[in-house]
Amino acid sequence: MQYLVSVIDDRSNSGTPEEMVAIDHFNDRLRAGGHWVFAAGLAAPSTSTVIDGRGEHPVFTDGPFIESKEHMAGFWIIDAPDLDVALGLMAEGSKACNRRLEVRPILAA
Amino acid sequence: MSPIDARAAITRAHHEEWARVVASLAKRFSDLDIAEEAAAEAFATAVERWPADGVPPNPGAWLTTTANHKAIDRIRREHKRVDKHREALMLTDDDPPEPLGAIDDDRLRLIFTCCHPALAMEARVALTLRMVGGLTVPEIARGFLVQESTMGQRITRAKGKIAAAGIPYRVPYTRDLPARISGVLAVLFLVFNEGYLATGSDTDPVRADLTAEAIRLTRLIRTLLPDDGEVAGLLAVMLLTEARRPARVSADGELVPLGEQDRGAWDEALIAEGHRLVRDRLDSGAPPGRYQLLAAINAVHTDALDARDTDWSQVVALYDQLVRLDPSPIVALNRGIAVAELEGPDAALEVIDPLGNALDGYHAFHATRAELLRRLERREEARTAYDRAIALAGNTAETAYLSRRRDELS
Repeated sequence: MQYLVSVIDDRSNSGTPEEMVAIDHFNDRLRAGGHWVFAAGLAAPSTSTVIDGRGEHPVFTDGPFIESKEHMAGFWIIDAPDLDVALGLMAEGSKACNRRLEVRPILAA
Repeated sequence: MSPIDARAAITRAHHEEWARVVASLAKRFSDLDIAEEAAAEAFATAVERWPADGVPPNPGAWLTTTANHKAIDRIRREHKRVDKHREALMLTDDDPPEPLGAIDDDRLRLIFTCCHPALAMEARVALTLRMVGGLTVPEIARGFLVQESTMGQRITRAKGKIAAAGIPYRVPYTRDLPARISGVLAVLFLVFNEGYLATGSDTDPVRADLTAEAIRLTRLIRTLLPDDGEVAGLLAVMLLTEARRPARVSADGELVPLGEQDRGAWDEALIAEGHRLVRDRLDSGAPPGRYQLLAAINAVHTDALDARDTDWSQVVALYDQLVRLDPSPIVALNRGIAVAELEGPDAALEVIDPLGNALDGYHAFHATRAELLRRLERREEARTAYDRAIALAGNTAETAYLSRRRDELS
């Protein structure tokens, strides 16, 4: 099954060159093990826009849908047979990127 | 077959076979909900059939087979959700029950699934009691002083997370095992302690069903992990504590402190078994962990035929080791109680008073201070401490004991 792994951060664009190298290494290992689906970093929450298109005219609001001290600074989507495998992999991912991670299952299509 | 015999057989089968039936179904269908409900339906069918038809020669096999059929019926009813994998399981694997060893592995797998670190601690305890211990939701809710609906939701939510997040049904990989066992042992110790000092104004002060269940599950872990020192240590702690249960509450429902217990009422067989486990661990020469140190402390207490013969310097030395492994304020408090016996109440108060910030909401902190202040003849301060302890204590026998001690002061 697939898991969305969110990177938890309280700053933006805060990755150091050492962290980028460690993350690259870790991503190579995800690919080699057949766990890689996709990963990306995200721009600061201040760059986001919330859309409500449920009414007659769409309404656009500046900023993220939830204000909080911490936010999602990036994510992985990984493939793992079960949660133990996902947690084992992403424990290393947390070390590599030097941040806390949230692992959440993606509902099967 | 009299209905009474059939009922006794069902009660016994529930105690002995529940976890095996649930575990074997959980393994086959990878769904705790289906496993639990099918097991419950199989026992309900036994209640209907056994009084009329007689108890089957192998109740465990009968229950497993019946539960398997119930599970398949249920999956068929929910046919729109049946996937290929489950269809395949329905066609195959309708074998007679597996040999004992394999089924025991299923139970271990079930314990590790219920005690997965991705679940909240309270959910792990509740789920273990339900799925492995076979306790009903109302029983668990009563034991933990929450509404039945709250406990039901907690268990449902935990089962939902297991299914949706892909928590696997297996004993963890070898490299993860030490970390995972410690979580399982923590759950079993919580279950035991809830039984030994049960909370609630209308609850028995000691719930022997919970202590027995915790011991049974720890024994099960031990048969499967016989070389793990902490498993042996926890089992020894439980046995040596359980051995004192008959002397622990007086005829009029008051807690009897260790020093005043009738040691002749202690269970010799449990003490002998606990001591044997502690000795085996000492002989192994491996450095002891937290539970092994707690077991050794309990062994010193149960070694003394008279409370006055207790080797308090040994107890303090063991607590010194324990504080290094587990620097929690509760361990420091217990060490302080031993210091009081060795060096007197003044020295003990010096150890204990600084813990006040951390332990202000803990009844045993105030009860300990009350006893020390009483020994120092600081009666007013002692009375205040007893009042605080009584207000915080949730165990009826303990409240009765503390109230009498306070009233003796006037």
